[in-house]
Amino acid sequence: MKIAVCLKRVPDMDVRFKIAASGKAVDEAGLKFDISDFDGYAVEAALQIKEKLNAGEVVVISLGGDVVQETLRKAMSMGADRAVQLRHDGAPVDSFAVASALAAELKGGGYDLVMFGRMSIDTAHGAVGAIAAELLGLPCVTAISKLEFDGGTARMRRELEGAFELVECALPAVVTIDEGIARPRYPSLKGIMAAKKKPLETKPAQLPAERLTLTAMALPPERTGGRIIGEGPDAVPELVRLLKEEAKVLS
Amino acid sequence: MTNVLAFAEARGGDLRRAALEAVTAARIVADASGGQVHAIIFGAPGIGAKAPPLGAHGADAVVVVEHAAFAQNNPEAVSTTIAARMKSGSYGTFLCTASATGKDIAPRVAAKLGVPLAADVTSFEVKGGAISAVHPGYTGKVMQTVTLTATPAVISVRPGAYLPKSDAKAGAVETMAPAGDPGASRVKVTETTAGNAAKHDLGEARVIISGGRGLKEAANFKLVEDLAAAFGNAAVGATRAVTDDGWRPPADQIGQTGRLVSPDLYVACGISGAIQHLAGMRTSKTIVAINKDKEAPIFKIADYGIVGDVLQVLPVLTDAVKKARAG
Repeated sequence: MKIAVCLKRVPDMDVRFKIAASGKAVDEAGLKFDISDFDGYAVEAALQIKEKLNAGEVVVISLGGDVVQETLRKAMSMGADRAVQLRHDGAPVDSFAVASALAAELKGGGYDLVMFGRMSIDTAHGAVGAIAAELLGLPCVTAISKLEFDGGTARMRRELEGAFELVECALPAVVTIDEGIARPRYPSLKGIMAAKKKPLETKPAQLPAERLTLTAMALPPERTGGRIIGEGPDAVPELVRLLKEEAKVLS
Repeated sequence: MTNVLAFAEARGGDLRRAALEAVTAARIVADASGGQVHAIIFGAPGIGAKAPPLGAHGADAVVVVEHAAFAQNNPEAVSTTIAARMKSGSYGTFLCTASATGKDIAPRVAAKLGVPLAADVTSFEVKGGAISAVHPGYTGKVMQTVTLTATPAVISVRPGAYLPKSDAKAGAVETMAPAGDPGASRVKVTETTAGNAAKHDLGEARVIISGGRGLKEAANFKLVEDLAAAFGNAAVGATRAVTDDGWRPPADQIGQTGRLVSPDLYVACGISGAIQHLAGMRTSKTIVAINKDKEAPIFKIADYGIVGDVLQVLPVLTDAVKKARAG
């Protein structure tokens, strides 16, 4: 099976972000970057499919500046066979534009399965995979937490609010990956060495004009928490009073 | 080009609260541009009977699309029909709630219309005909304001951001034939589990009681469920540590890679407050934390904290909440 996984380079979220002087981006100074969480699950899921079938190819694709080459190498050190960088200065916020550029690369690639994370963990629009599928004319199932194959048919599970759906469709198809499908492996030393020799092709991203613009970025108001009202069960009456009279969430 | 088409989400033959939220938010867009709200609902024959609440919450018209192949969610046929409707009329905006189903439908519709979308927004305004919206990103740590310059506008609104508001309009029912054959969709939903009907959903609940490793073992989640029951309308959530250990199903996980929730009240029981968890609940209106470690990060964002053993505090709190609600 020939599988493409589209992935995004995002900052580590375990920090206190600062807004850049432009007011339209986060200040990247000192941030560490890695594969976006859900995209990492997609890479792992793709590798497991290839290993189970003991055949096929996993191609990783990312749109962005030359910094994404490091991210693509990481995916190859996990086991992906080759990589494509769609070169563009930064990743646009317009998901239609990003999906158009990815679809242009995916089209004609002969992929049986195209995988995305269900959303990037930074801009978090969760739209690129489904839009790319439409542009490619392929069936699409989003936010799947399980994936199995029965011949040329994919059987999947999607989590809903308080329920889940079982879904099936024939390949080729596009899927976007939710939590629960696979925890990404750590690259082995052997994998890291091998990744250095794997092919990484760079070509310009074919991006249409952006029609969704980021006009401002801001930090949310700080929570003024930190009020300890007491210790142990003795503090319960005061808590209940506050929930009733101050927070007005108990009636 | 001033009317708004709102997605009236239904599941298992019933309207979801997401439908009423979509109509309420759509009303704001329509009123700002002098247009009408049309709610579109899909389902098996008979779903049209569910139209009245849509009119009661601000829909001038309800477009009913009935077909046996809509008994299950049918994202291909639903999005194709919505796109056909958008192209047929005087619509400037398509709006849905960013539920699991809405998040799936919105980008498909946007792609069919050849436009980008503003996804999962927590607030929006209409200025000079353009929609400007705020969307939390970076696990809720950065608020992004985006402006849509494409026409029509496609927007999905985070569940709970615009609560259903009564606003009686005509709600005139009109039937529409599906675009294409819904039975021929390539993506087929073969089964939708009903889940636990008695269980309150995390996305819809105004109160969430959530448990972490401090509960020590899976069986002690009974204490969390008891407190949720005492509140009457509460849902039960969990940390990733707990769902990873199999104490609770993965769908209960609140956090960066799980559900993002913002209820009126969030009670964190035996949760230390890892970044991964805080990312999913920091926008809750009131946060209560019960934890035995007074240095736990959860206390830094909690409005009210109790330092103590959650196994001892919970039964007392459950009794007190029952009494307060009874009195």
